Amino acid sequence: MRPIRVLVAKPGLDGHDRGAKVVAAALRDAGMEVIYTGLHQTPEMIATAAVQEDVDVVGLSILSGAHMTLIPRVLDLLKDDGRDDILVTGGGIIPREDMDALEARGTGRLFGPGTPTSELVDYIRTWFEAREKQLA
Amino acid sequence: MTTAEMLELDRLREEVAQWRARFDAAKKRNAYFANSGDVVDPVYTALDTAGDGSDLELPGEYPFTRGIHSTGYRGKLWTMRQFAGFGTAPETNARYKYLLAHGQTGLSVAFDFPTLMGYDSDHPRSEGEVGKCGVAISSLADMETLFEGIPLDKVSTSMTINGPAVILFAFYIAAAEKQGVDTTQLRGTIQNDILKEYMAQHAWVYPIEPALRLIVDNFEWSAEHIPLWNTISISGYHIREAGATAAQELAFTLADGFTYVERGMARGLDVDDFAPRLSFFWDIHNDFFEEIAKLRAARRIWARHLKERFGAKDPRSLIMRFHSQTAGVTLTAQQPMNNVVRVAYQAMAAVLGGTQSLHTNSMDETLALPTEQAVQVALRTQQVLAYETGVPNVADPLGGSYYVEALTDKLEREAEALFVQIAEVGGVVRGLETGWLQRKIAESSSRQQWEIEQHRRTIVGVNEFVTEEGELTIPLLKVSEAAESEQRARMAAMRASRDSALVERRLGELRNAARSDSNLMPFILDCARAYCTLYEIRAAMEDVFGAYREPVFF
Repeated sequence: MRPIRVLVAKPGLDGHDRGAKVVAAALRDAGMEVIYTGLHQTPEMIATAAVQEDVDVVGLSILSGAHMTLIPRVLDLLKDDGRDDILVTGGGIIPREDMDALEARGTGRLFGPGTPTSELVDYIRTWFEAREKQLA
Repeated sequence: MTTAEMLELDRLREEVAQWRARFDAAKKRNAYFANSGDVVDPVYTALDTAGDGSDLELPGEYPFTRGIHSTGYRGKLWTMRQFAGFGTAPETNARYKYLLAHGQTGLSVAFDFPTLMGYDSDHPRSEGEVGKCGVAISSLADMETLFEGIPLDKVSTSMTINGPAVILFAFYIAAAEKQGVDTTQLRGTIQNDILKEYMAQHAWVYPIEPALRLIVDNFEWSAEHIPLWNTISISGYHIREAGATAAQELAFTLADGFTYVERGMARGLDVDDFAPRLSFFWDIHNDFFEEIAKLRAARRIWARHLKERFGAKDPRSLIMRFHSQTAGVTLTAQQPMNNVVRVAYQAMAAVLGGTQSLHTNSMDETLALPTEQAVQVALRTQQVLAYETGVPNVADPLGGSYYVEALTDKLEREAEALFVQIAEVGGVVRGLETGWLQRKIAESSSRQQWEIEQHRRTIVGVNEFVTEEGELTIPLLKVSEAAESEQRARMAAMRASRDSALVERRLGELRNAARSDSNLMPFILDCARAYCTLYEIRAAMEDVFGAYREPVFF
């Protein structure tokens, strides 16, 4: 099976990148092809990068509280580009009820503090294998 | 050393060797320091310390290992300073009044992300972020509201602001002028530590060199005009939170401090004119004794370098005054009530290490900004420590402990070794440009994550002692979604009522001054007085300075 391509992105003005970098390194160590955007990205910059890099997964890391504005916008922009097949997942400081609302809006699973990176790896692999089967 | 003393040391060495053989033969677990993974010895004796303790200075004496005050906390307790801010200026003003009414003794402003980055609340990049993790302050008008009814000559105020620090400082000074306060009496701190922004926290605006110019401009200007203000809070906090070990936090932060001193002296300032207003900010992590030793080592290293390397003569230049905050990164979303206990131990370490002021985190901060109830428990934690435990009664009560003295010496040695490495990569600025410093921190953070996942490090409630009902069961603060629209309306009203010709003139004067080598503080202050907005002032200088581009890697 080909490697899974992941864009790890930091939307908004939030500068906390410890989690994003740890996750990016863990996904790379698990054999995925990982691109990291760097900080302070607009949803437009993230969607453009996801399409141009032809990724399977976008992982958003957000700790600033702006998740209810920025995450739906990434979803909408990918949809506008005809790329709502890309899995949008992520994590950060996001209260449970907001996670539920975002998942209902179309994101994949969102993860909170203390999640082992192995859980993210398993989740992305399982999603990818299911999608590959569907496409085959 | 006399013959008798040497014989005594030999006897001790022999005794410890025998004890060590028994220890090594016994069944036991290994122990490691919390972040570095270094092995902790099972017992410490006089063999592990530099001398027999008789060379230990008293509190308030150079090099201040044992504290900066001869009176310890008997003269003055630490300042209980809870970092707070959310929503709009009127909401945060109400929170400050609540905190002051409950016995808090200083204010500490948390700004929202747009403000931290120098964007106005009505800038397109601010959408969705206004008031979310701090208060939105876009002009003098907001600053006036923030401190309405709080006399600025009576409180000390700390402001966590870096990239646009001098702009927010100008708003504060102008707000004090509006209150009719004598601004030479203003007390407080702006964080203003841009080097650690590039290293760890990432709320930058300008490239490194112009950013350092603004900092030195402020050292120079404030020494004359706002002499009691701490012009910088050189911060290890964010470096540690980003993943650094205790030794890295210590060394990278002090190296930043030395860089500021060098830049000030390169401007031609006398070190004793600005060094007394430099302050520090440390993260207090879980490893109790290591944290205490870190604070003791920090004071000693700073005093020695300022005296021996930079030739400071004023005793106030040699003493390191610092704020501490318990480590946000140690809080867990799982079983959040446990965080109260973590914070209490960390707070005690900060006090045993001789902090001048302290913020204790609230139990709910891995999920949202804290509720009033959670903040009250955090503040009460400090009050119990101050008034019930007896801990503040004796200055440096752990001084002379073999373990704490050996650890203090160890951290000092490790920091000195890291200073050599930083010099080898070309100094702090070069180390930031190449990403060397950022990589060191990222490597430490990845190693810690791996250790947690491998169960080499226990986090109660996360990888051990897990309960099914691990999810949050305490109430969370919700920041009103109305904050953004209210703030936009306030901005529109302010823009409509100000003298726009004056605004343009002041911004033009600032832009011109930025092209020269004039001190920019008076120009920024004039912009603030004319109700130029945060982003307008930021942009006027950005026209000349450009913007910072980070080295991206993981």
